[in-house]
Amino acid sequence: METILLFAPLVGALLCGFGWRIFGEAAACWIATGLLFLSAILSWIVFLTFDGTTETIQILRWIESGTLSTDWAIRLDRLTAIMLIVITTVSSLVHLYSFGYMADDPQWKEGESYKPRFFAYLSFFTFAMLMLVTADNLVQMFFGWEGVGVASYLLIGFYYRKPSANAAAIKAFVVNRVGDFGFALGIFALFFLTDSIRFDDIFAAAPMLAETQLTFLWTEWNAANLIAFLLFVGAMGKSAQLFLHTWLPDAMEGPTPVSALIHAATMVTAGVFLVCRMSPLMEFAPEAMAFVTFLGAATAFFAATVGLVQTDIKRVIAYSTCSQLGYMFVAAGVGMYSAAMFHLLTHAFFKAMLFLGAGSVIHAMHHEQDMTNYGGLRKKIPYTFAAMMIGTLAITGVGIPVWIFTLGEIPIGFAGFQSKDAIVESAYAAGTGFSFWALVLAALMTSFYSWRLMFLTFYGEARGDKHTHDHAHESPMTMIVPLGVLSIGAIFAGMVWYGSFFGHTDQVAKFYGIPYAEEGADHSAIVTARDKAAEKKEGEHHYVFAGKPGEGAIYIGEGNTVLDDAHKVPYWVKTSPFAAMLIGFLMAYWFYIKNPSLPGRLAENQRPLYLFLKNKWYFDELYHYVFIQPAMWIGKQLWKKGDGNVIDGSINGVSMGIVPFITRLAGRAQSGYIFTYAFAMVIGIAVLITWMSLSGGAN
Amino acid sequence: MDNLLSIVTFMPAVAALILAVFLRGEDEAANRNAKWVAMATTSITFVVSLFILFGFDAGDTGFQFVEEGAWIMGLSYKMGVDGISVLFVMLTTFMMPLVIAASWNVETRVKEYMIAFLMLETLMLGVFMALDLVLFYLFFEAGLIPMFLIIGIWGGANRIYASFKFFLYTFLGSVLMLVAMVGMYANAGTTDIEQLLVHNFSFETFEVLGVQVIGGLQTLLFLAFFASFAVKMPMWPVHTWLPDAHVQAPTAGSVVLAAILLKLGGYGFIRFSLPMFPVGAEVLTPLVLWMSAIAIVYTSLVALVQEDMKKLIAYSSVAHMGFVTMGIFAANQQGVDGAIFQMLSHGFISGALFLCVGVIYDRMHTREIDAYGGLVNRMPAYALIFMLFTMANVGLPGTSGFVGEFLTLMAVFQVNTWVALVATSGVIFSAAYALWLYRRVVMGDLIKESLKSITDMTRREKAIFAPLVVMTILLGVYPALILDITGPSVAALVSNYDTALAAAEAATQLAAN
Repeated sequence: METILLFAPLVGALLCGFGWRIFGEAAACWIATGLLFLSAILSWIVFLTFDGTTETIQILRWIESGTLSTDWAIRLDRLTAIMLIVITTVSSLVHLYSFGYMADDPQWKEGESYKPRFFAYLSFFTFAMLMLVTADNLVQMFFGWEGVGVASYLLIGFYYRKPSANAAAIKAFVVNRVGDFGFALGIFALFFLTDSIRFDDIFAAAPMLAETQLTFLWTEWNAANLIAFLLFVGAMGKSAQLFLHTWLPDAMEGPTPVSALIHAATMVTAGVFLVCRMSPLMEFAPEAMAFVTFLGAATAFFAATVGLVQTDIKRVIAYSTCSQLGYMFVAAGVGMYSAAMFHLLTHAFFKAMLFLGAGSVIHAMHHEQDMTNYGGLRKKIPYTFAAMMIGTLAITGVGIPVWIFTLGEIPIGFAGFQSKDAIVESAYAAGTGFSFWALVLAALMTSFYSWRLMFLTFYGEARGDKHTHDHAHESPMTMIVPLGVLSIGAIFAGMVWYGSFFGHTDQVAKFYGIPYAEEGADHSAIVTARDKAAEKKEGEHHYVFAGKPGEGAIYIGEGNTVLDDAHKVPYWVKTSPFAAMLIGFLMAYWFYIKNPSLPGRLAENQRPLYLFLKNKWYFDELYHYVFIQPAMWIGKQLWKKGDGNVIDGSINGVSMGIVPFITRLAGRAQSGYIFTYAFAMVIGIAVLITWMSLSGGAN
Repeated sequence: MDNLLSIVTFMPAVAALILAVFLRGEDEAANRNAKWVAMATTSITFVVSLFILFGFDAGDTGFQFVEEGAWIMGLSYKMGVDGISVLFVMLTTFMMPLVIAASWNVETRVKEYMIAFLMLETLMLGVFMALDLVLFYLFFEAGLIPMFLIIGIWGGANRIYASFKFFLYTFLGSVLMLVAMVGMYANAGTTDIEQLLVHNFSFETFEVLGVQVIGGLQTLLFLAFFASFAVKMPMWPVHTWLPDAHVQAPTAGSVVLAAILLKLGGYGFIRFSLPMFPVGAEVLTPLVLWMSAIAIVYTSLVALVQEDMKKLIAYSSVAHMGFVTMGIFAANQQGVDGAIFQMLSHGFISGALFLCVGVIYDRMHTREIDAYGGLVNRMPAYALIFMLFTMANVGLPGTSGFVGEFLTLMAVFQVNTWVALVATSGVIFSAAYALWLYRRVVMGDLIKESLKSITDMTRREKAIFAPLVVMTILLGVYPALILDITGPSVAALVSNYDTALAAAEAATQLAAN
């Protein structure tokens, strides 16, 4: 079943991409979509019936050389299962949505068939992403990792006539490669030290790595920290974390369904998945983890500030994605992998929905993306408005503070409320003051820019081209239905899975298949998940995680009590994201409903700050002058001066003495060298043979 | 068949002879006949060579299909293949029919053209199979003559300069190699490669003109061979002949040059330098590793600013050959396996890339990147194939380009992390120059008036690419096809190398005590 689930999208991509001339365009697209829905259904079956035991399904041998042995294989554990449903659910809905969105794209001329290509790319992406999450070794993961990179490249550059789209596509690929550079070095280091790149072997060796010193470049490093850091560099690229984030906003050049699928829900979360997957290693790499936490928090804050002033609807959401990914890394960084995965899951639902909703708005407005030309759209596109509203409530984290009311042990609120609060509380519990405050501030800004987006788009007066507004129309059912399905996730995902991701230790342990024990009991008293389920007596006891690295889908090290501590944080901490959300909302209301002229005046008064944010902290400009231009300049110098003057120059210098002599000898210039060459060779052989004869012949 | 190797090797030469003697006339019929004879010969050669592949026992690390006989002037004729060479033989026979098919549009001096290519095939096959030093030298050096002719006669406007440069570089290397061979014979008393492989060349440090030569004779011999092989690879900084040669060569010439001739150097390193002069190799390993790493970064940066498509791909070839030398001199299983894999894979990928250039060169008669743009609008099939090989060129996992790069980098990390770091940065640059090229040629709107009527690939062109596409993906997904064959031979090579070094170490210490 897992194999079918994995390969169905690939088959879909191939049939659709190459077979559309045979089946016809529409049929080809439906084949791809149908196979993805099949994949999605199977994923849900796998997820719901999964019992927590890790299993591995071998498919084919791959790279084998000496002690290196790599297979194509499926590793199925809870992390994989979570990713499976996220990927296939969003992907199948995006496929469906694309029927409407891509129906008549003004980028293309009459009679051009672009749809099968689009669907084939989408399906191929899904396949690569599934390979990434089902990998049982780092190299297969790297295959998926780069595969999604290519799919992303192809889809960002889908409108290949647009120079900006082509530039964005290359940028995305190359920046990701910078991350992959670190990732690859991490893999090499792991192989060097553990002689294997299989997860099982690496996890088992993790405690050893923590004790090992590795000489890398100029000095010795703690192996676990170094490797964790290098792998995280890969994650930074894929998940658009600070310094390697510049490609993500530009990636919005791709069609909107692509942004929803790849640049919000799935691919960009691969970095978070990597860190969670490597939890056994990460737990032994405290310094690297501190860095992950710091960078995640910094990204969450940075991206949110930029999001405040963008006017392109997709770019606002893109920065929001960047920021939310920062949240996930903070969770992973403080050792709360479960909370990171929780936010990954809920974020996939509400962010995909926000993007698809934005796409619906764009579709309605004839591909206008500038929010300053929107306004007053809630009556014209009511379903889209409702969906965007749910998405906004979810991302800003609307819910009922736990000290007021909870349903049993589950707080009431939209999906983002549960998962974001889980992260903020974990950050506080882990004692990282900086990241806690950065996240709270980011939550405030998230609320502000999300509501700003809503107010600018759906409220107030219609701005911009009147003709476009008059013709604004609700999107077709193929686009509305996916929004509806995702909104269910955006509302309920948090409450349904709260216990599994962020409940008591035993709940979480059971969910991930991690062995756990009663607190204070020695390790011989370990109970496995299933034994405990059979006993059906819990709640009173207090449990701690007791797995060894590699047991269960994630590993929680000894002494990592963040989960417990997070539940015990003071009420003001638990309420702070809620308060931030409220303040952000009120400010947005004040700025964009009550006082619409205020933002413009503020931008005037605070011009430098405004430009700084508007230009995304000038990262693009900085990189242009620091990396791109020098690389081109050096290339030119090496070519003209290095190859031309130095190397060829010296060779020509030497040869100028000999050449005229030889050419005179051989007469005609053209074939002269060849004769000379043959001549020299014959002479050479003659010398060799003479030598041999003189010294007694061969043998 | 006892002399399968000779049959495969000399079949093209016999066909060339037949063409030379019997084919008369310059008319269309004669041209067509020449093409078909060449096509049939290379195809049959490939089919016959399959018997070598299928009859090959990968578990046996020695030489197989060995033929031995007395030859002129007391020399012996000895041929054979092992796990290291057999796949290069296959690469050659596989590529040649494609090369002939890609030359279908040649109209000037067709007969001579085909003869040159057929002779070239024989000589290249001979290099990979020869088990006698003199025989090897003959094939190795003679193989360049047809290549000179191909560039010099059917080449572009500046062909004289290019073939001269090519000549000058290789000539210097050849002379040194010849001297080294004399030295080897003097030391070992045989020219039999099998025996030379087990002969211990002396490595006692001695003084030449007041300079201490660590590793003694081995180092000197190593350096002499190195001079020849490094040029053929080509390694930085003796690479500058390659871009010029490629630019001037006709498409088919470029394909042979990139796919097969560039592999002679790498093969030589694995066959001679590493196993015969282990001490010398060890002494110079840091130098070679650094030259490789510099080659990767240097040529990638240069590729970034090229304006001529062929030059860009030529520079990218130099970078990829950097991975090969790096892997070989990492001298461990992954390194040598990876180097062989990289060479074979590069044969398919760079061959295909030069063919890609050829496709549009045939239509527009320019290699200037700026002359193109937006080809995808009129050439979707071409865009797809070019995309695939661009991705393979940047080492995308799932294509054959990944395996070699990955293995060699992994290997060198175990030896020198600095080199690994520098070389790994090549993955960033390669992505940059390859995609930048693709964007300028294929992407964008089709604006240029001259391109408005350009046509997509013909059936013949698609048929040439099909086998290359299959190999690139097949080897990327299931590299065991290659690694199973090379593995045992490489393992033996590496363990012999380590043993020899340990023995040398012990001997030196003994002498010191």
